[in-house]
Amino acid sequence: MALLLSLAGCSGGVLDPQGPIGAADAKILLNAVEIMLAIVIPTLVAVLAFAWWFRASNTRARYLPDWAYSGRLELIVWSIPLLVTLFLAGVIWIGAHDLDPSRPIAPQRKPVEVQVVSLDWKWLFIYPDQGIASVNQLVVPADVPVHFSLTSATVMNMFFVPQLGSMIATMYGMVTQLYLEAGHVGDFYGESAQLSGDGFSDMHFTLRAVSVDAFAQWVAATRQAGPALDRAGYIALSQESRHVRPFTYRAVEPALFRAVVDREFPAGPGPTGGTGGPSVHPAGAR
Amino acid sequence: MHLLGKLSWNAIPWDQPIPLVAGAVVFVALFAVVAWTILKGHLPYLWREWITSVDHKRIGVMYTLLALVMLVRGFVDAIMMRSQQAIAFRAPGYLPPEHYNQIFSAHGTIMIFFAAMPLMIGLMNFVVPLQLGVRDVAFPTLNATSFWLTATGALLVNISLVVGEFDPAGWLPYPPLSELRYSPGVGVDYYLWALLISGVGTLMTGINFVTTILKIRAPGMSYLRMTIFCWTALAANLMIVAAFPVLTATLAMLTLDRYLGFHFFTNAAGGNMMMFINLIWAWGHPEVYILALPSFGVFSEVISTFSGKPLFGYRSMVAATMFICLVSFTVWLHHFFTMGAGADVNGIFGIATSIIAVGTGVKIYNWLFTMYGGRIRFATPMLWAMGFLVTFTIGGMTGVLLAVPPADFQLHNSLFLVAHFHNVLISGVLFAGFAGITYWFPKAFGFRLHEGWGKAAFWFSLIGFYVTFMPLYVAGLLGMTRRLQHYEVAAWHPWMLVAAFGIVIMTCALACQVTQIVVSIRRRDELRDETGDPWDGRSLEWATASPPPAFNFAVLPDVRGEEPYQAIKRRAIETQQLSSEAQYEPIELPRNSPTGFIAAFFSTITGFALIWHIWWMVGLGLAAAYAVFVWFAWRDVEEYEIPADAVARADRDRRRARAEWLDHHERAGEPA
Ligand code: HEM
Ligand SMILES: [Cu+2]
Repeated sequence: MALLLSLAGCSGGVLDPQGPIGAADAKILLNAVEIMLAIVIPTLVAVLAFAWWFRASNTRARYLPDWAYSGRLELIVWSIPLLVTLFLAGVIWIGAHDLDPSRPIAPQRKPVEVQVVSLDWKWLFIYPDQGIASVNQLVVPADVPVHFSLTSATVMNMFFVPQLGSMIATMYGMVTQLYLEAGHVGDFYGESAQLSGDGFSDMHFTLRAVSVDAFAQWVAATRQAGPALDRAGYIALSQESRHVRPFTYRAVEPALFRAVVDREFPAGPGPTGGTGGPSVHPAGAR
Repeated sequence: MHLLGKLSWNAIPWDQPIPLVAGAVVFVALFAVVAWTILKGHLPYLWREWITSVDHKRIGVMYTLLALVMLVRGFVDAIMMRSQQAIAFRAPGYLPPEHYNQIFSAHGTIMIFFAAMPLMIGLMNFVVPLQLGVRDVAFPTLNATSFWLTATGALLVNISLVVGEFDPAGWLPYPPLSELRYSPGVGVDYYLWALLISGVGTLMTGINFVTTILKIRAPGMSYLRMTIFCWTALAANLMIVAAFPVLTATLAMLTLDRYLGFHFFTNAAGGNMMMFINLIWAWGHPEVYILALPSFGVFSEVISTFSGKPLFGYRSMVAATMFICLVSFTVWLHHFFTMGAGADVNGIFGIATSIIAVGTGVKIYNWLFTMYGGRIRFATPMLWAMGFLVTFTIGGMTGVLLAVPPADFQLHNSLFLVAHFHNVLISGVLFAGFAGITYWFPKAFGFRLHEGWGKAAFWFSLIGFYVTFMPLYVAGLLGMTRRLQHYEVAAWHPWMLVAAFGIVIMTCALACQVTQIVVSIRRRDELRDETGDPWDGRSLEWATASPPPAFNFAVLPDVRGEEPYQAIKRRAIETQQLSSEAQYEPIELPRNSPTGFIAAFFSTITGFALIWHIWWMVGLGLAAAYAVFVWFAWRDVEEYEIPADAVARADRDRRRARAEWLDHHERAGEPA
C-alpha cells in the first residue's frame, strides 16, 4: 500500500497537488491512511504469524481446543477499532467542514468567477465578469482563488481537476459551488467524473493556470475574435457532439447561466438516431 | 400499433460481430445441453428431481450453479473491459462506447444480482436448515419460486445480448441519463424488468429465511446456540426484507417515468434525479452487507473447523453481526458526498460509515483469536479464508478512506473506488463462495473436491486479484475516472497494461476451477466421503449422511449447547458407542411442485413483452402466471409420507458408517 501511494505520488494525480485545496485534500487522505495503517499492519502481521505458528504440523505450538472466550481480550477487541474510529471521526468532521467545496478559500481575496455548464459532451465555461466564454478549455489566473458555479444542461456530470482538488456534481436546474486555486502557472488535466453517455470519455479539458497579466491578455485577445454566444447559439451547442476542439466566444449573452439554471432552455435533446431507431439502438452524434 | 411492439429484425445487432458471436455461442451451447438431455432421456429425471424440486438442498445447488454460470458470463465482460482499456490509449480500441457502456453495466448487474446474490443465497439455502437441524425452510414452494424468478432475471439480461441492447447507463442507472430522453433504447427496460422480477424472488427469499430461522429450529436450538452462519443469514435476510422493497419502489418509479410519462426523476416537470440516487443507495449500502454478512458467516464456520476450535468470542460475533445489520442502514450518503450536501451532512455520514468498521474490525480480531491456540489445517477452504482475512482488511481500510469526505472528493468515481469495491467483494463474496462450495460440496454430493486443483485455483485467484486491482488503486490516485472507453493520459496506460495481465492470471484461476470440478467428478470414488463428516465439523449439517436424505435428519437432533455435533462426537468417543437408536417415525415432506418454474416461465414472457411493448403478450403472460398461483393454491395434497421403515433403513446405513468411523477412531486413539 505504501509502495502504491509513493508510486502514485510521482506525477499528475491527486497526490501531486498543485493548489491549496488539492494539497489539503491530499494531506487528509494521507493522514487517514497513516492512522489506519497503524492498526492494519499489526493486524495483518498477526494474521499471518498466528496462521504460521499454529499450523497443524507445528508440534511446539500449544493446542487449546476449548479456548473460546476471554473477557479481557474481548474488551481489547472492541476498544481498538472503537478508538481508531473516534480518532478518525475527528479527522472526518474537521475535514468535512474545512474542505467543504462551497467554502471560500480566503474571504479577503476576491475570487475570479467562472460559471460551468456541462453539455452533451463538452464543457462550457462562462466568465460573467469578463463577458466571454470558452468550450473545453479553462484559463484562470494562478494564485487567485476561483469560484465556480456549476450546472448541467443535460444529464449529471462531475467537474474534476485532480491536481487542484475536490470534484463536484453538475445537475440540471441546480447550482453547485466550488472554490479551487492553482498554486502556480501550469496546465492541469480536467475531466468529468460521472458517466454521461456515449461521448463521456471525451469530456476532458485543460485547465491553464497563467499569470495574472497573461490572464488579462487572454481575456483581451478572446474578446477580439470568435463567435458570440446568444440563445440560439446555446441551443445549437446543447446538441450532442463529441471530441469538441477547444474554442472561445468573444461575447456571451448576459445572464445566460441564470437562464440555463432557471430551465428557460429545453434540456439537452439526447440521441436522435441509431440502428433500428433511437428506441431500439440509440446512437449519439459522432 | 405493431403486433410485436418495438420488436423487429433491427433489434438484432447484425452489424456488431461481438455480441452476435457471443450470443450464438451461448445459444448453441444451451441448445446442445437441452438436446442432449432430451435425447439421453434425462428430461424426466431433471423435471422430477430438480426443476420441480422444493427441497432446499436441491434449490441451494441450483442457485449456486446459476451463480457460477453467471460468474463466467460476468468474467467475460471483465476480460473485454480490461482489454479495451489496455489498448484504448489514444486509440478507439475495439469496443465503441455504445457497446462498452453496455458491457460495464451488464458486468455490474450480473455480478451483483445474478452471481454474488445467488452464490450467497445458494449457500444459505443448502446450509441453514441443516445447521438448524430441521427438514426444510418455512415455505418450500415459495423458495423454488424465488429461485426461478431469479433465473428469469438472469435470462432476460442474457437475452438482451442478442435481442436489442442492455442498459448503457451503469449498474445503478442514474437518471436523467437512464430516462427515456437520454436512453430511449430498450436497454434500461431490460435492466428494470430483470430486477423488478428477480427482486420479487429475493424479497420472498428474505421472508422465507427470516421465518425459518425465527420459527423453525431443532428442539433445544435456542438463538444463542445457532451457528454464526445462521446468525449472519438471519441478519442478511432481515436486511433483504427491509431494503429490497426500497430498490423495487425506486426502480418502479423509474419505470413509471419511462413507460407512463411520470416525472419522478426527469429533468422536466419538477423531477428530481437526486432522489433516485438517494433512494437507490438507501438500498445499495445495505445490499453490500447483505452480501458480506453471509460471507462472514462462511468464514466463521471454516476458520473454526480448520483451527479445530470453537469460534472465539461467539457472543461478540453475534453482537457485531447485528450491529452491522443496523448501522449499515445509516450510511448510504457516503456514495454521493460529491453531490453538494453541506459539511454537517457529509461529516455525520462519514462518521457513521467509519463506525461500521468497528463491527468488521471486531470480527477480524475474533477470527484471529480463533486461530490462536488452534491446530490449523490448510485445506482449500481455509486457504480462501486466509486470503480473505488479508485482502478484506485492506479493502476495508480503503473503504474507510473513502468515507473521509475530503479524500472522497478526490477519489469518488475513480478507479480507486473500483479497486475498493472489488477488493471487498472479491475477497468478501467470491472467496467466501469458493470456500463455502469446497467446504460443503462433500455434504451435497458425497465426495470432496480435488485439493490440488482447488489450491491452484486459490493461488491464481489471489495473485490475479492483486495484479489486477492494485494498479487500479494507483490509476485512481492518478486521477483516472471509471467507465472510460478511451483516454489520452500517458501516465495511466502502464497500469492498464498491468491490470490486463492480472486478468490473464485470473483466467488461469477459472481454468483451475473448471478442471477441479471435472477431475473431482472423474475421481469421485477416491474422493468419496462415507462418514458424512469429512472435515471434522462441529455443527449439525455434519451429523447427517452425505448427501443428506430428503428429510435431512431421521430424527430431529436434540440440541444441548453450542456446537452440538462436536458434543455428540465427544460423547461417542468417550463412551465408545453411538447414541442408542431412536424410535423411527414416518416423515411428511412437501410434494414437488412445478409452480415456481411455470410462474417464472410466464414471468419471463411478461418481462420480455413489457420490454418490447407487446401489450397483448403482457396480458397473456400475467394472466397465465396468476393462474398458476390459483392452481397451486387449489391443490388437495400438499405432502407425501416417507414410511418409518424407509427412514430406519436410511439411518441405519448412516449409523453403520459412523460406527466404522468410531472403531477406526478408537484404534487410532487420537483425540477428537
Ligand atoms: C469497512 C467497510 C466499508 C466501508 C467503510 C466502505 C465505504 C465505501 C464508500 C465510502 C464508498 C463510496 C465511495 C464513492 O462512491 O466515492 C463505497 C463504495 C462501494 N462499496 Fe464499500 N465500504 C465498505 C465495505 C464494503 C463491502 C463489504 C462491500 C461489498 C461486499 C462494499 C462494496 C462497495 C461497492 C459495490 C461500492 C461502489 C458502488 C458504485 O459506486 O458503483 N463495500 N464503499
Ligand atoms: Cu456504501
